Amino acid sequence: MYAQMVDTGLKQVAEATGMSPEESAFQARVDADVKVEPKDWMPEAYRRTLVRQIQQHAHSEIVGMLPEGNWVTRAPSLKRKAILMAKIQDEGGHGLYLYSAAETLGVSRDNLIDDLHAGRSKYSSIFNYPTLNWADIGAIGWLVDGAAIMNQIPLCRCSYGPYARAMVRICKEESFHQRQGFDIMLAMCRGTPEQKAMAQDSLDRWWWPSLMMFGPSDAESVHSAQSMRWKIKLLSNDELRQRFVDQTVPQAEFLGLRVPDPELRWNDERGHYDVGTIDWKEFQDVLRGHGPCNRDRIRTRTKAWEDGEWVREAAVAHARKRAERAARAAA
Amino acid sequence: MTPSDRFDFLLRMGDSTLVLAQRLSEWVGKGPVIEEDIALTNVGLDLIGQARMWLSYAGEVEARGRDEDALAFRRDAHEFRNALLVEQPNGDYAETMARQFLFDHWHLLALKAMERSRDERVAAIAAKSSKEVAYHVERSTDWVIRLGDGTDVSHRRMQDAVDGLWMFAGELFLPDAVDAAAREAGVGPDLAALAAPWRSAVGAALAEATLTMPGDDWAQRGGRQGRHTEHLGHLLTEMQFLQRAYPDAKW
Ligand SMILES: [Fe+2]
Ligand SMILES: [Fe+2]
Repeated sequence: MYAQMVDTGLKQVAEATGMSPEESAFQARVDADVKVEPKDWMPEAYRRTLVRQIQQHAHSEIVGMLPEGNWVTRAPSLKRKAILMAKIQDEGGHGLYLYSAAETLGVSRDNLIDDLHAGRSKYSSIFNYPTLNWADIGAIGWLVDGAAIMNQIPLCRCSYGPYARAMVRICKEESFHQRQGFDIMLAMCRGTPEQKAMAQDSLDRWWWPSLMMFGPSDAESVHSAQSMRWKIKLLSNDELRQRFVDQTVPQAEFLGLRVPDPELRWNDERGHYDVGTIDWKEFQDVLRGHGPCNRDRIRTRTKAWEDGEWVREAAVAHARKRAERAARAAA
Repeated sequence: MTPSDRFDFLLRMGDSTLVLAQRLSEWVGKGPVIEEDIALTNVGLDLIGQARMWLSYAGEVEARGRDEDALAFRRDAHEFRNALLVEQPNGDYAETMARQFLFDHWHLLALKAMERSRDERVAAIAAKSSKEVAYHVERSTDWVIRLGDGTDVSHRRMQDAVDGLWMFAGELFLPDAVDAAAREAGVGPDLAALAAPWRSAVGAALAEATLTMPGDDWAQRGGRQGRHTEHLGHLLTEMQFLQRAYPDAKW
């Protein structure tokens, strides 16, 4: 869940005729590609939708550290271990930028984290799938970071200044991650038969969930139409998915891997690949909590947060003691 | 200094940094706050980088064709030469920080001494590493002080952590024949001479943290000689899994 399926809280797209003077002026600025900044007036629905979208994105970065963390202690070489640690560290940094961007909209990081733990806020459903062999670390970089980039490059141009700027920083790092992931796949596909089998097994498991990352078709969605008018969503889910498929299929061929879709074929007329039917029931199931790892992911995050409570309290208490001592010394 | 002593000496540095990095990587995604998750990984990354330099050089000195990965992933526990301190389990955040604090202060002193090593490679690795470790010292010392002088709960946890780990710090200053050979050759530090500056730096931080320095200086020994605690075997089982299960694979 990066910018997909974000509820705007509205039943129809706001039309010019029904807008207050403030709303019309706001929409005119957005239409003219002027960035909205935290101090500017903005419609309440715009603010709330952005909070929801940025929050889901931030949570995805943080929860996304867990499936990769599952292999960091078992990375097969010191170089791969260092690269993976650096990648996971980047993802934590992305989470921080995004929580900061959300905080410019008048919410606090702690409250957003509470929402995650209580199940009130979503994160990308892809992270509810398990990492079962080392090739999964390659597949996540190649496919999941790859899909994230598809989503996020357009968001570098989104209307909200702090979000757009966070995206610019994040996209640079994501493209490294994708290349490093592909490099893991390449080493395995050129390796022993066992390694090649791991790589194929990994693609078999991650292909469809990666396509689902873009969300169901939103051609008819009021929320998406409104988000597009506000320029916090720039391309439709289907357009992004198509771009991803078109980019990724030749890469799979280069690796010598079989994409697990018997209906996949190049359509000369459209100039795009046609894909088989996505199992949206699986997607909805995972979204509802019935994925392989939903429970583990939230339990791990919640436990980390609860185990860390005494540490955070101590840091606050110590800072207070310091400030008091400094005040006494100054008096 | 014989090549075999030099090899052993380099493994001691490489294995301590590697094993501590491995412990830190266990924290990924589980830190008390995101900033700490990132910072722990950062320290772990520094240590992995250092381990790679020490182990690569060790492999060259040994001259039997073993590279950093062969040394990291294909040796058994009794062949590891790391300090017992760094293989101790993460425990809670106080234990992780206390372990780091006790090690970092030794590490920085040892590296500073090795910047003047007569072995140019050792001097170069030490010079590069000591810049990183100076920051590790700052960070772990800061956490010992914050937790020691934080709440009652954090004070108790940090005191317990220091008390529990204290017996693993002593061996860092007890030289054996390999350390003596390294010192005599001007390659390695005079370990016994590091004890006094270590005690004074660690003591000052503990005092600021309102913590008590443990009185019992009895030391567990054996890490640098390959006699470890039970924890190392499990750490290696996990770390070495892929290289052991698929010995012909290149990753
Ligand atoms: Fe990211
Ligand atoms: Fe990434």
